[in-house]
Amino acid sequence: MTTSPQDLETSAKLWAGPSRFRYLQEVSVHAFLLACALVTVLTTLGIVLVLGVETIRFFSITGISPWAFLSGTELDPDNSPPEFGILPLIWGTVVIAAGSSVIALPIGLLSAIYLSEYAPQRVRAFLKPALELLAGVPTIVYGYLALMLITPVLQAVLEPTFKVQSYNILSACIVVGIMIIPMVSSLSEDVLSAVPRSLREAAYGLGATKFEVSTRIVLPAGLSGVMAAFILAVSRAVGETMAVVLAAGTSRKLTFNPLESLQTMTAYIVGVTSGEASAGSPESLSLFAVGTTLFLITLVLNILSNFILKRFRESYQ
Amino acid sequence: MNSSENFAPRLQSRRISGIVFGAACFLATLTGVFFLLILLGSVIVAATSRYTADGSPKPSISISQLPGEVSRLTTKFSSSQAPRAGFKAGIVGSLWLLVLVLLLAIPVGVGAAVYLEEFASPGRIRDLIQLNISNLAGVPSIVYGLLGLSLFVRAFGFKSIGLGETLWAGGLTLSLLVLPVVVIATREALRSVPPSLRQAALALGATKWQVVRDHVLPSAVPGVLTGTILAVSRAIGETAPLLMVGAAGAIFRLPKGPSSLYTALPVEIYNYAKLPNQSFRSIAAGGILILLAMLLTMNSVAIVIRNRYRVPSR
Repeated sequence: MTTSPQDLETSAKLWAGPSRFRYLQEVSVHAFLLACALVTVLTTLGIVLVLGVETIRFFSITGISPWAFLSGTELDPDNSPPEFGILPLIWGTVVIAAGSSVIALPIGLLSAIYLSEYAPQRVRAFLKPALELLAGVPTIVYGYLALMLITPVLQAVLEPTFKVQSYNILSACIVVGIMIIPMVSSLSEDVLSAVPRSLREAAYGLGATKFEVSTRIVLPAGLSGVMAAFILAVSRAVGETMAVVLAAGTSRKLTFNPLESLQTMTAYIVGVTSGEASAGSPESLSLFAVGTTLFLITLVLNILSNFILKRFRESYQ
Repeated sequence: MNSSENFAPRLQSRRISGIVFGAACFLATLTGVFFLLILLGSVIVAATSRYTADGSPKPSISISQLPGEVSRLTTKFSSSQAPRAGFKAGIVGSLWLLVLVLLLAIPVGVGAAVYLEEFASPGRIRDLIQLNISNLAGVPSIVYGLLGLSLFVRAFGFKSIGLGETLWAGGLTLSLLVLPVVVIATREALRSVPPSLRQAALALGATKWQVVRDHVLPSAVPGVLTGTILAVSRAIGETAPLLMVGAAGAIFRLPKGPSSLYTALPVEIYNYAKLPNQSFRSIAAGGILILLAMLLTMNSVAIVIRNRYRVPSR
């Protein structure tokens, strides 16, 4: 095909040149998309503003010092004067986060190692979606399971030697643990799978067994990612609400007995919301003060997880 | 001294520890699947058991009664009498919320992702937004509930502009909740579009927006849809934030529009589950099955879209 000068001329005429309309379109689209991205920043600002303002109002209305709020052991909003010491709630959150981690972290890590090192392709293709399904089950269902299945089983096994209350810490730890297993395993597996093949092959070449390769080569190489996954999972357990509300109940005390009921920060927030506290009352404002504490704890955990991932990442070429 | 004297292969014990470890890993992986089965099984058993008024067990319902039971659960409002209780208001409320979240979260989330992937130049602002999104994804859902309560429901105490305990407030709160997940999923999808496609379009003189609109987005649509549907299906199962922004328990009317009062399926499940009466717990189990069926439908849609439009890898 040959192009005559005439053809070139007509096609040059067809091109209208850089158009004003297109420029305007480009600028407005850019502005719109930037606005969309800024919505996420505004969300963060909104959270900080709402929590900050209401928490300050709480402290100024009740006259409680932040330290007394965090370290007080009596929480009784209906008393006169109302008492707001949330140490029992923090204790509840810590106990349940620790208990569920004891269950979820080893199981999650072992299944990550299985999926990344041992599983044949076909088994993996079945197990991974199953774990994802587990992660997609709403938390209210886990709470229901604790109440309807796990507590009765615990009662059948442990009673009459131990008294198992119908709301208890152990069942909450078990369900929250199960709930965060998929998170630990999928995040850890991503990291372990990313460890380069050559490292494994070198170890096999030196005569290592699969067990030794998994635990002494792959796991140390992916350790930072695994730690980051652990911390994210703990943060998730700290923020978990409905499963804990239905499983652990509403007692506020510094107990060590896992068969008793104990309220967490999240459960307190739900408890007050379902109650009759009017907007602006100290009890309703205490929600935000507790929420701020919760937000700060999870924020620190998330930042720590990010930091570990960035700081200690092994990079391979 | 000869180093081979120090070499003890201990093959037997190493092999055994390897087998033990492999078996432990396998069993650990199965716990997840095991619990999924237990969970489904026990919910189904609970949903089909029946109790007399004083709480003693009756024979569970038979297969022939099943369609009747399902239609009761889906067409009756909540009730203080177990045999008449259903989830009509909750199901309709949850579908309303679903539509609102789809309309609000997807455009904004996709827009933000397109901005970060295609428009923003690397630098401070992009890093800041990225860090912010990854932190938002880790904020507990109940904190979003507090945000919604103060911002949307009460508007900081300015009653006239507050939305009250309406579908708008619930939908906006859930949209903010899933927004980070939508952004992250969409970015993944955009990243899988090969750069050569963009370069070819740019080389022909297309503007940035034309490249995105005509080339990048069309080839990323399956991934974007799959990711966003999965993210939005999370919102449907959320309970805690909806309790905060006032999805009430007992509603006997269907919402007329987004500014109506409402309730949602998981909230109704919670209200039944916390009642001590066994009959209501079996109603709650029925509600859980309906909720799981809704989630499963959405997940299947996502999987079908993914498989149908999967672009053969080049």
